[in-house]
Amino acid sequence: MASLPGMNDLTSALGQALGLVAGGDAALGHIVLLSLRVSLTAVGLAALVGLPLGALLAVARFPGRGGVVVALNALMGLPPVVAGLLIYILLSRSGPLGSLGLLFTPTAMVIAQALLIAPILAALTRQVLEAMWEEYAEQLRSFGAGPWRAVPTLLWDGRFALLTVLLAGFGRASAEVGAVMIVGGNIEGFTRVMTTAIALETSKGDLPLALALGLVLMAIVLTVNALAQGLRDLAARQAG
Amino acid sequence: MLRRLLLLALLALPLPLAAQERSITVASTTSTEQSGLFGHILPIFTRETGIAVRVVALGTGQALDVGRRGDADVVFVHDRVAEQRFVAEGHGGPRQHVMLNDFVLVGPADDPAGIAGSRDTAAALQRIAAARAPFISRGDRSGTHAAELRLWQQAGVDPTAGRGAWYREIGQGMGPTLNTAAAQGAYAMTDRGTWLAFRNRQGLRVVVEGDARLFNQYGVMLVNPQRHSHVKQADGQRFIDWIVSPAGQAAIASYRINGEQLFFPNATQPEPVS
Repeated sequence: MASLPGMNDLTSALGQALGLVAGGDAALGHIVLLSLRVSLTAVGLAALVGLPLGALLAVARFPGRGGVVVALNALMGLPPVVAGLLIYILLSRSGPLGSLGLLFTPTAMVIAQALLIAPILAALTRQVLEAMWEEYAEQLRSFGAGPWRAVPTLLWDGRFALLTVLLAGFGRASAEVGAVMIVGGNIEGFTRVMTTAIALETSKGDLPLALALGLVLMAIVLTVNALAQGLRDLAARQAG
Repeated sequence: MLRRLLLLALLALPLPLAAQERSITVASTTSTEQSGLFGHILPIFTRETGIAVRVVALGTGQALDVGRRGDADVVFVHDRVAEQRFVAEGHGGPRQHVMLNDFVLVGPADDPAGIAGSRDTAAALQRIAAARAPFISRGDRSGTHAAELRLWQQAGVDPTAGRGAWYREIGQGMGPTLNTAAAQGAYAMTDRGTWLAFRNRQGLRVVVEGDARLFNQYGVMLVNPQRHSHVKQADGQRFIDWIVSPAGQAAIASYRINGEQLFFPNATQPEPVS
């Protein structure tokens, strides 16, 4: 008796997922677009900080560098709920940045996700570029390029490997629920994204719908990854 | 080409986030949101006034905290004692009655405490404790949690003595509490609205209902604009005036799940002075 209903839930979830996508549900469309917008913007913001920081750590040698690297690696494990709480307290009307009125807005969600993934981008970038730097260091130095001048060169030469780094950040951002729930408030039609919608349907006990939304989310992430891969191949051919 | 594409994408992304509309933020409870009541009445209000209502659904305790911090314009919750404290401390108010709903006790089909069909909540809770039958508590400072604790007190039972054994506080919302009770074959207290909208019942069913002690009063308050100057006083007050008006009260009364009315408007009853 116990196993059959479970199977029914799975098939029903698959059916509902197809129905949701095929039906072009307007509410779902808004949720999907907002998820993409928030997570992609967060990746963009985090990349502005994370990539140069990672590259700099790859080439520069200074006292305390080891500590910074360890701290960055540890911050990759920052719990989303903690990041969410931190941003909540900062953006709350009673907090230091309260006058901006950003709590319970998509912008707050972007900030929280950017905070979560910036350390990931920086740590992974450092690792990727450090390997390259070991190969290129002599060559770049012979052109008279110091560490500072080497950063843009390394970033550009490592762009294909860094795409994977960006996708890792995007994966973490789009899969995250704890932080966006706290700072976004899961407001219908305004700050509800895929993961908070899944959490909501789970708590309403509508497990097939929750699972269906999960399948849609997976399909979106798959599409973004496929597009990125396609762009990469295209660019590699042009460059090659 | 790649760079130009990426640049375009980056430039386009933030634009839609900046879209502005006239709106208020209401901190409310999971029972009003998850039962579908807000989905029914808020579009009516927005159509009449052009004011969009953004609902942040939390437990009553958290919703009042959001109001205290000034992160909402209106608080719409159901724990009269906590609400009166909120008003007395100057965080908002005055508080107005809006509507009633009721709680039910749900439990597994085999009913190990033997309470199915009872209308006496106190006796039922005593039997659950005596049988050491598993009971899932919200444990999250919500209005439902506060009501549950008052019922245990009235029954003369200290459930926390069974903590870690049969009394299980999960610190989550109504839905997760019902999911847990369904999975563990346990008893739980829930508001009727969430129960009727809940889909994952498995063997769970209503065992106790209809006790006068199970009625649950909702109240609404404007967050104090003197304390938080950004509070949208006019639009927030407009929402409060509407929800206690005949139009708002009729909208509440007209919400049904499977023909069953969930919320009973009673804004005309004056708030007793405490």
